[in-house]
Amino acid sequence: MPLDQAELVAAAKGGDREAFDELVRQTYADAYTLAYRLTRNEEDARDVVQEAYLRAYRGLGRFRADARFSTWMYRIVANCASTALSRRSRSRHDDLPDDAPVADDRPEADPEMMAEATILRDRVDEALAHLPARLRAVVVLRDVYDLPHEAIAAELGISEAAAKVRLHRARRRLREQLFPMRGEEAARAG
Amino acid sequence: MPAESNLTMTCEAVAELLPEVVDGAIPAPTAVTRHVETCLRCQAELVQYRKVLRALHQLRTEVLEPAPGLFTDILTSLEGAGERRAIRSLLRQRRAAYVGAIAGATAAAGAAGIIVLASRARHRKLRLAG
Ligand SMILES: [Zn+2]
Repeated sequence: MPLDQAELVAAAKGGDREAFDELVRQTYADAYTLAYRLTRNEEDARDVVQEAYLRAYRGLGRFRADARFSTWMYRIVANCASTALSRRSRSRHDDLPDDAPVADDRPEADPEMMAEATILRDRVDEALAHLPARLRAVVVLRDVYDLPHEAIAAELGISEAAAKVRLHRARRRLREQLFPMRGEEAARAG
Repeated sequence: MPAESNLTMTCEAVAELLPEVVDGAIPAPTAVTRHVETCLRCQAELVQYRKVLRALHQLRTEVLEPAPGLFTDILTSLEGAGERRAIRSLLRQRRAAYVGAIAGATAAAGAAGIIVLASRARHRKLRLAG
């Protein structure tokens, strides 16, 4: 069992740099994973993670002791990734609008055969890559990382209502991609 | 479509709400629950949403391995920030003295400016007089 994160946070708050380094060591792969899931780009994810730890280090005084350090880091990573993505879409103009059709490159497969959990997990990851960044961010933060709507809205700079609408659209798009058969046809086939 | 004809909600209306109610965060309206209980099509669709949600939850357990060097890069950027912070606080200490010096210099420059204007006026006056 590594040193308790709450103890490390307390030490880091007291100015112990080594304690903060240890917190980084324990959490950076996890933070990178989230950054990559949001940006879908290794280089961007690395930049986002570095920026996030800098902000965390500077803002450590504002971290509440009753919160989990990992959850706090997820919020900072989400915020940094959101900034990075909007910068990127401004410079490249390549972000798809919410309802733009995506290229259908699903392999031909029987959805009933694909229902097996691990296969579905890989396919959902692939389907996430096809979502527009703004929909992907909300569904990743809510359904993968379990952040509350209020936190997601705050870090992405949108209203809670907008966050809910995006979540709704993202879930529908994922279902359509993973299960190309409509419910009715699937019911008949099953 | 027998399920649609004798129930208050259509499959389309129910399908529209399924992505919202699938996680149980908000309770499904009774009309939706009643429809789903008797409609195979909507039941199948709800099962699909549940599978998507489960797969998303499972992603959480997967941690990607960053390319080597990221940990060192993070520590290096923190190191830089630490140094900048030290420099900033040093600058803040110096600024107090510096601001005092500037105030003195400005007053001196202002005085010099007044002197220049005064001498020009004098020259003009002199020329006018001459
Ligand atoms: Zn139905």
